[in-house]
Amino acid sequence: MDYQNIELLRFTTAGSVDDGKSTLIGRLLYDSKSIFQDQLDAVEESSKSKGFDYVDLSLLTDGLKSEREQGITIDVAYRYFATPKRKFIIADTPGHIQYTRNMVTGASTANLAIILIDARKGMLEQTHRHAFIASLLRIPHAIVCVNKMDLVDYSEEVYNTIVSDFKAFSSKLGIKDIQFIPISALNGDNVVNRSENMAWYQGSTLMYHLETVHISSDHNLVDCRFPIQSVIRPHTLENQDYRGFAGRIDGGVFKPGDKVKSLPSGFVSTIKTIELNGEQIEEAFAPMSVTMTLEDEIDNSRGDMIVRENNVPEISQDLEVLVTWMSTKPIQARTKVVIKHTTNESIGMVKELKYKIDINTLHRIEGIDKVEMNDIARMSIRTAKPIFYDAYKRNRQTGSIIIIDEQTNETIGAGMII
Amino acid sequence: MSNYVINHLKELESEAIFVIREIAAQFENPVLLFSGGKDSILLTHLAKKAFFPAKIPFPLIHIDTGHNFPETIAFRDDLVEKLGVKLIVGSVQEAIDKGRAKEETGADASRNSLQIVSLLDTLEDHKVDAAMGGARRDEEKARAKERFFSHRDEFGQWDPKNQRPELWNLFNGRKNYGEHFRVFPISNWTEMDVWEYIKLENIDLPSLYFSHKRDCVVRDGVILANSEFIKLKEGEEVVNMTIRYRTCGDMPITGAVESEADNLDKIIEEIATTRTTERGGRADDKRAETAMEDRKKQGYF
Repeated sequence: MDYQNIELLRFTTAGSVDDGKSTLIGRLLYDSKSIFQDQLDAVEESSKSKGFDYVDLSLLTDGLKSEREQGITIDVAYRYFATPKRKFIIADTPGHIQYTRNMVTGASTANLAIILIDARKGMLEQTHRHAFIASLLRIPHAIVCVNKMDLVDYSEEVYNTIVSDFKAFSSKLGIKDIQFIPISALNGDNVVNRSENMAWYQGSTLMYHLETVHISSDHNLVDCRFPIQSVIRPHTLENQDYRGFAGRIDGGVFKPGDKVKSLPSGFVSTIKTIELNGEQIEEAFAPMSVTMTLEDEIDNSRGDMIVRENNVPEISQDLEVLVTWMSTKPIQARTKVVIKHTTNESIGMVKELKYKIDINTLHRIEGIDKVEMNDIARMSIRTAKPIFYDAYKRNRQTGSIIIIDEQTNETIGAGMII
Repeated sequence: MSNYVINHLKELESEAIFVIREIAAQFENPVLLFSGGKDSILLTHLAKKAFFPAKIPFPLIHIDTGHNFPETIAFRDDLVEKLGVKLIVGSVQEAIDKGRAKEETGADASRNSLQIVSLLDTLEDHKVDAAMGGARRDEEKARAKERFFSHRDEFGQWDPKNQRPELWNLFNGRKNYGEHFRVFPISNWTEMDVWEYIKLENIDLPSLYFSHKRDCVVRDGVILANSEFIKLKEGEEVVNMTIRYRTCGDMPITGAVESEADNLDKIIEEIATTRTTERGGRADDKRAETAMEDRKKQGYF
């Protein structure tokens, strides 16, 4: 297997309590042979000591003592597995209590969301929530797994009803790519291996989808955006005049010779080199970390952004943002906060709370005076200095912010710029 | 590269370099925790790439338990000299001599948890506000829930219930006086990724990782190197075995695997077919089911 030439797919799993999410993850890890004997031994031991008759694969994803003591799962856990085609990172988020906060966190870096539905229960309120968050965070691909098909006699009719219910709801959401798969995570039907119990299903297995879904266009390749992380100045005899701008490309394709503009100064120059560790790079695009040098001496620093001369982002101190609130402390209008955007940081003020979204019905709730934990709300934020941004729907990196409490330094909100 | 996709190793590299550069930019006194193991060697390599042609702009800290493999120390000194980077050594022996830490007794005595005292003392002495380490989430279940930027209170403790959410590429390193961060740039790497990348980049490793002959003692199914730090129990005998190490901790607690793999290709092949986890041979994790979680809360690596 040519392990050095495979792609990375990050996906998130959203599920409610008892819909088999942990079993599905256990199954993917187990069937892709990503579980080691000592891990399996530990799970067998645990299953036995809990008095179970069978080895509970869901225990593989069971976490910390602090969680077991309280019988809950704390925020996001990350799991890894690889097949000869791809390497996968699962952001495993629990479906209760702090669900929105956790799901948003897991979804922010995902290329794909797996949404689990219990075939016996059909669409639930939580399913609406999961689908809405996947669309809000602009996860490019979604796979809806109708699980526990074994418990509805592998009925095509049950499956079709759920699929059409989901489509009716998701048509309002605008997720570009949705696939549906009937599975049984417990028995392995259509997870890695094709089910012999559902001859009526002509589509592919979950693993096949994960391995083949087209992800190369998930990054923005059009709008060139290079936020500067730091300036590299070696101060050595052989590199006295070297001035490199270190950063990770957030959009577009940069090449040596390109005319570029620095923000906020507005100075225009030409890219001299793009390199990493002294190796020259001919074309740099997201999500590559590189060091860029320019033909002219421009006094850029952290938080500045290099873009193309004829394609600049929005530049403004007023942001309209959809925010997921992550703190137990509610926020009201006229609160001072710290805003982090790309490599830039600014003091900001929440000027106005416009409305909350009821994530089960998608209705707007107007006339609000505070935003609480797990709320999704639209607000206006004024920053102390200009922010160079794109709409979140155009670029997930240059369109996102986090909100930080000035006193406690906690991350209290996650925002998508409209 | 024509269709603008980078492979997964390059994506992991890019992510790690981004995080390392964030540490250098967001903190005043960052350090790299260097154990001499392959993960911290990889991390040092990535740090070099991140700032080239400048030197790594922060020191390496090594917590010397006094029970290290001699190969580890020789490798460390050589690497530090090559990179021209500053090395700070925190000594567990010194902490014991000063009465700050108490040596464990008995045949299974180890200095593993004593490192916590030396580590926290060293971080405090040097006013470190961010200590980056080579821990990976795939290693152990407590680490699966770790953040890239992991906040520690003024006592160096980790509170798994009170972690900052991490979204997109936006890392929040703001803190109050006396608090610090542990940062894990290679969080998303698996053991296989590490080895494949070491091969791709041709990174030097200590000879311990490759198959060699060594006098060993087999204790509770774990192959331990015979050394002055290990007391033989009744019925135990010293056997010369052909082994290599998958991880690299202290001599008395790091288990070896029997292996003929004497080059990177053979090691990768061995890992692809192995049925036990890398830390399966670590006596320090076997003390209790929650050994890692408990130590992490106190301020372990």
